[in-house]
Amino acid sequence: MNHPERKTSYQPPSRLEDYPVGTAFPSGHLVEINAAWRSERPVINTERCTKCLICWLLCPDGVIRKTGDGRLEIDYDYCKGCGICARECRSSVIRMEKEGL
Amino acid sequence: MSRGSRAFISGNEAIAAGVRLARPHVIAAYPITPQTTVIERLAEMVADGNLAAEYLHVESEHSALSACIGASAVGARTFTASSSQGLLYMVECMHYASGGRFPVVMMNANRSVALPWNIYGDQRDSLSLLDSGWIQAYAEDAQESLDLVVQAFAIAEHPEVLTPVMVNLDGFVLTHTYELVNVPDQVDVDAFLPPFQTTNKMDPERPMSLGFTAGPQHNQAFKQLQHLSMLSAGRVIRETEERFGQLFGRNYPGLVDAFLCEDAEYVIVTLGSVAGTVRPVVDRLRSMGERVGLLRIRYMRPFPELEIRDALAGTKAVGVLEKDISFGYEGTVFTNVNSALTRAGAKPPRLLNFIGGLGGKDISVTDIEALFSRLKASDAGETVTFI
Amino acid sequence: MVNSSKKRLSIRELSEREFFYGHKACPGCGGSLAVRLALKVLGERSYAVVPAGCMSAVGFIFPQMGFACNAIISTFPGTASMLSGVAAGARALGHENVHAVGFAGDGGTADIGFQALSGAIDRHDKIIYICYDNEAYMNTGVQKSSLTPVGARTTTSPVGQRLRGAVTGKKPMFEIVAAHGIDYAATASVGYPMDFIRKVEHASRVEGTSYIHVFAPCPTGWGHETSETIAVAKDAVDCGLLYLAEYVDGRFLLNHDPGEFASVREYLLRQGRFRHFSEEEIASVTVQRDAGWQRIRRDWKS
Repeated sequence: MNHPERKTSYQPPSRLEDYPVGTAFPSGHLVEINAAWRSERPVINTERCTKCLICWLLCPDGVIRKTGDGRLEIDYDYCKGCGICARECRSSVIRMEKEGL
Repeated sequence: MSRGSRAFISGNEAIAAGVRLARPHVIAAYPITPQTTVIERLAEMVADGNLAAEYLHVESEHSALSACIGASAVGARTFTASSSQGLLYMVECMHYASGGRFPVVMMNANRSVALPWNIYGDQRDSLSLLDSGWIQAYAEDAQESLDLVVQAFAIAEHPEVLTPVMVNLDGFVLTHTYELVNVPDQVDVDAFLPPFQTTNKMDPERPMSLGFTAGPQHNQAFKQLQHLSMLSAGRVIRETEERFGQLFGRNYPGLVDAFLCEDAEYVIVTLGSVAGTVRPVVDRLRSMGERVGLLRIRYMRPFPELEIRDALAGTKAVGVLEKDISFGYEGTVFTNVNSALTRAGAKPPRLLNFIGGLGGKDISVTDIEALFSRLKASDAGETVTFI
Repeated sequence: MVNSSKKRLSIRELSEREFFYGHKACPGCGGSLAVRLALKVLGERSYAVVPAGCMSAVGFIFPQMGFACNAIISTFPGTASMLSGVAAGARALGHENVHAVGFAGDGGTADIGFQALSGAIDRHDKIIYICYDNEAYMNTGVQKSSLTPVGARTTTSPVGQRLRGAVTGKKPMFEIVAAHGIDYAATASVGYPMDFIRKVEHASRVEGTSYIHVFAPCPTGWGHETSETIAVAKDAVDCGLLYLAEYVDGRFLLNHDPGEFASVREYLLRQGRFRHFSEEEIASVTVQRDAGWQRIRRDWKS
């Protein structure tokens, strides 16, 4: 797996003995998503995408990823809707859509 | 089988000898009087190839402890040393090490804290840091210094403890005084102190995130766990000393060293090398039929409340002699002793606090005799007295 | 343009692994992009040391750990000293092919972390120190640092009746670390990401201390759209307020001369923190830029 995945079954510690000793915890341990942050979401027109990978390169959160057949997809759990991908896309194939109310 | 070698060395040199035997991976330290000869001896050992440690010439004490924490965080055994101003410069990192449960071992040369400037020994530096989460031991002589620092790694690294340890030596009086010391053989220390193992570390095979933040929901639990581990350390210290005694033939009495306290009516409680001045007074008064004793506290954290209660049972008057004052109140050792005795319902009729030795002020045999006279006087006088 | 590195990674050769993911940085954060890209280059055998600041505050909130490689928060002044300790410990324990890399902000580098950085460089410790420069103490709410540019509005250098933004300018960190005789130093910008990546890759092969100063816009603190971060970072280079350079083998190397500069005025006025600038203030910045470039073009190899 190229990116960390959310631990959906994680239960926060409730008893002292469930806490880690010292401030040490596995890296890449995710329990929350960031989707609620955004007011608009990027949508890639995969038909017209040239796969230049600029959006993939420039996403501060790394949520754009290559799929098996080379298409790019977005992990909307962790996309914050900053709009950098749409702004920097060389072919203008990404548009920002308002999130549903 | 050879059981160590005899050396005529100073307290500081004894620390260096002990540290070398413990095989630290990383040493990071910054010079400050009267700690300097510790790190000079260690540097000589490294330069001669007698100590295979990474020796970092850090540019401050804060960086010294910060570097030790970084090394400990990848699983290395680490050592640093400081004193006074330098110790206080690294206080942020002291809390970091204890909260992060990094078993760093540090030697502290007890020295007065500015202002005024003073390079001589008192214990305000370490005693002002009892809340920093470090185990604190106080040595009386050079042999104990060496033995304490070797034991310190074993105690600190114990999985139930995982707490940094500070070994305190009185500045100049102990750091620079020469005594005959038995320096153990490396093979025996290797048997006593196995390599450092921990899961509290960054690991290329198992990526971990260390030193994280914990908000209001979780933070207190971490602190409570830290406190409970410090409380367990008392038992671990005694077990470690027993193992040490079996291997090296020197038996240490645990968190306190009680000298003729069993039937004593008047006891002086103190820390560190001044105990060596109290002992001959106790001997002389005993020879005159007086029931007096000395209680030397060896570990201030974890605090030996039960041992103190037991040692002082049946006393008529006790004087806590310390080289420290918490301005606006009383001496810190007194506060701790008073609390322990009061909580146990075991407070003697008179409990006095003698503040002395600040800035290296001499405490003589005559001064100690006067303290015992104060204890015996029916009129207690002031609770807190500067002597 | 002189290429100081033998190997040049292309975008397609970059690792697909994400080592900084699920963190709580602001949308459009330049600093988080710098961290993400650097770790792609350095890979999974990295020990990341991150002081108090934005990247640690957003990446280590128990139980959410945004770093997927080994990582540790250091004290605020202690990035470089902890890095030295990590490198020494790794060396003592025989950990091979590992990178001790620090990600400190401008405050944690040029101010409170300066002493430790100087010490680490002096010791030639094998560490990679990356300063993500968002030109203020952003994590604590946009206070002025010694890398805040002259005139910029911050919460401790506000625009008022008597004083108009920061009174002093940027401490020249690149030249300062170079003056130490550091083994390798570079300036970079998230607006020129492949250049930044090339420099991280070069640093990964230096047997000694590397320092990379990466310009990382902060939409929150600078007052521009979250989508504009890369454009602003590129604009800073194109208008000459930032130069892309390296210090390698004891010499300064200019990587890129824009020739004719883009508009300083437009760069400044697109950001809320400079929007109060008068024409005189803009002109003053432009004059400073020109003086700097006269020196660079005269003294540095390109």
